[in-house]
Amino acid sequence: MSAADLLAGAMLAGLAIYAVTGGADFGGGVWDLLARGPRAEEQRRLIARALAPVWEANHVWLVFVVVVLFSAFPPAFAALGIRFHAPLTAALVGIVLRGSAFMFRSYGGAPAWGRLFAVASAATPFFLGLVLAGITVESGAWLGVFPLAVGALAVALGAYLAAVYLTAETGDPALRADFRRRAAAAWLALAALAALALIAAPDGFVRRLHPAIVALTALLAAAALIALIRGRYQAARALAAAQGAAIVAGWGAIQYPTLIAPDLTIARAAAPDPTLRLLLPAIAIGGAIVLPSLYWLMRVFKSRPE
Amino acid sequence: MAAAPHEVLFARGQMAYSLGFHIVFAAIGIAMPLLMVGAEILWRRSHRPEYLELARRWAKGTAIFFAIGAVSGTVLSFELGLLFPRFMELAGPFVGMPFSLEGIAFFTEAIFLGLYLYGWDRLAPRLHIACGAVVALSGALSAVFVTLVNAWMNAPRGFTLENGQIRGVDPALALGSPFALHEIAHGLLAAYMATAMAVAAIHAFGLLRKPGAALHAAALRLALAVAIPCALAQPLVGHAAGHAVAEHQPLKLAAMEGLEHTQAGAPAHLGPVPVPHGLSLLAYGDPDAVVRGLEEFPAADRPHPVVHLGFQVMVLLGTGAALWASLTLLLWLRRRRLPQDRRWLWLTVALGPAGVIAMEAGWIVTEVGRQPWAIYGVLRTADAATPVGPLWVSFTLFAIIYVGLAAAAALVLRREVKKTTAEASA
Repeated sequence: MSAADLLAGAMLAGLAIYAVTGGADFGGGVWDLLARGPRAEEQRRLIARALAPVWEANHVWLVFVVVVLFSAFPPAFAALGIRFHAPLTAALVGIVLRGSAFMFRSYGGAPAWGRLFAVASAATPFFLGLVLAGITVESGAWLGVFPLAVGALAVALGAYLAAVYLTAETGDPALRADFRRRAAAAWLALAALAALALIAAPDGFVRRLHPAIVALTALLAAAALIALIRGRYQAARALAAAQGAAIVAGWGAIQYPTLIAPDLTIARAAAPDPTLRLLLPAIAIGGAIVLPSLYWLMRVFKSRPE
Repeated sequence: MAAAPHEVLFARGQMAYSLGFHIVFAAIGIAMPLLMVGAEILWRRSHRPEYLELARRWAKGTAIFFAIGAVSGTVLSFELGLLFPRFMELAGPFVGMPFSLEGIAFFTEAIFLGLYLYGWDRLAPRLHIACGAVVALSGALSAVFVTLVNAWMNAPRGFTLENGQIRGVDPALALGSPFALHEIAHGLLAAYMATAMAVAAIHAFGLLRKPGAALHAAALRLALAVAIPCALAQPLVGHAAGHAVAEHQPLKLAAMEGLEHTQAGAPAHLGPVPVPHGLSLLAYGDPDAVVRGLEEFPAADRPHPVVHLGFQVMVLLGTGAALWASLTLLLWLRRRRLPQDRRWLWLTVALGPAGVIAMEAGWIVTEVGRQPWAIYGVLRTADAATPVGPLWVSFTLFAIIYVGLAAAAALVLRREVKKTTAEASA
């Protein structure tokens, strides 16, 4: 395994963690948008309380992926910026508006900030999904049934994860029931969209699916649903996160060794060796600092329901 | 695949206002945690309520400014690819390292800021202070690393050029740009100075409205403890920066002074006032040194005259800030207590925005002054720009968003300042 492969692996790991942490934060915004019923305001408050201490740290995983991309695979970064100019710009608008609106709302801003936070949260993963689909297919098209399905899938994954996590983060039985229902609905939506994406996928995509990863993902999805139904919320949270990571890993296995279809491979896009050899230890040292800190952050704020 | 000239202008414009916007929030996000953790330490020691109040307020300020700094910084990292893909393609192997280090520092800052902001009741006091200190330190470190990137763009190292092609990539050498040290020091001091002077102005205003208010006096003391040393050191560091520019970027130096003709004993200008032999002395340490004028460079390569204006604004405000800092220090030492007479308070209020404006002006000097190069001597900005268009769409989109966010941030700030200056008990 070459240094470039290792760095691409680190990028995929970063993307998977971003999907199950940052993705869930976007999902929180989706449930804020869809909050209704007698407990709509309580739902929104729970979402805000769950996001507040962690969303910025979770967001940095995206920055990590981008930085490794432009440091280790500069031509791939350039190609990404040129070919996916429009959906990336849209995603950036969403990222800026989501973060700022969340902050302004938290510190006593007008209710319109809450609306903006919710809409931007729902839109951002959709556009990121379009880009992910676009770099997978040979044509590079980010419009069409397949990319739209992947975009919707990204939104549904975030919403599913958020709902599952929230069941583990509240001690209020009524709120917990609200999000349990939502989690189950999102599970179904996720399954339907995954099926749609596979049907709409270009030729060869399904053939390249790694059977072991598919089986693992299905197993995790079933286990998460069972844990949710049985009221084992802590377990459901871990299983759902693993399921999300498995989906991203499955995509990575299909994509390997390509970074951007059709022909920009890991080996072709890699920066000169001296750069790669310097980046690897830097990332290792960074991980040694960041990962224990993150673990501590999660333990302080996420270990038990409020 | 080259971009049309007007598209390059849109790309440059969007990059310029994105950076100009980000830099204010980033600077405050770097410097405010220092004030915040300072106030908390003083509160834990003295148990005086005004320090707790300040720590809480500054924590809130840090939270808002850091969040907007973080998302606008993310925009910048993507914009490098969206607006100047050829830049990153070429620079990535060199600046990837400092960007990665910055990423680590930024990650650390985000994690410990979460712990600090929401950990008041969950962490032991010492641990809480330690988290705040990590926020302040990692914020400063991320500024150090990201400035290394800019230093490399101004004075790139770590390769050889063969027929315009980059050969022999050495990313470790790239970290040692001759611009690194002074740019880091100048930028960090600017961030602390801009923030501390603005905070000092707010609380000087509070003291004008409520003379003797303990909250404002405490805040002013802390802000001055940061602002005075920075404002005094900044001109010295700026002088070192001038030397480096003179040595490595003579065209930028000529543009900064608006010097048309090559001459010995070139004068410097402080506003409209010429200082004979000043430029020669400042740039080369010799009053009769020859300074190359704009005439020596092709007209197409000369940067926009706004560089001259930016330099004037920066130097005037920086000099003003240093004089104000000296005066304050003198008054403080002579009376052995914080100066509180109304004229000094008004002066402090008036100089509140000076640090921020000087920082923006300085940024214009170094960035516009580097044009037409994205990487000095290696890659022209026009050649780095994206072939994708039309760029007026994203230019307009982000311009509207940033104007809106700046207005919203200004409103929040105004509300907080009003609250602070109205509520504070005497």
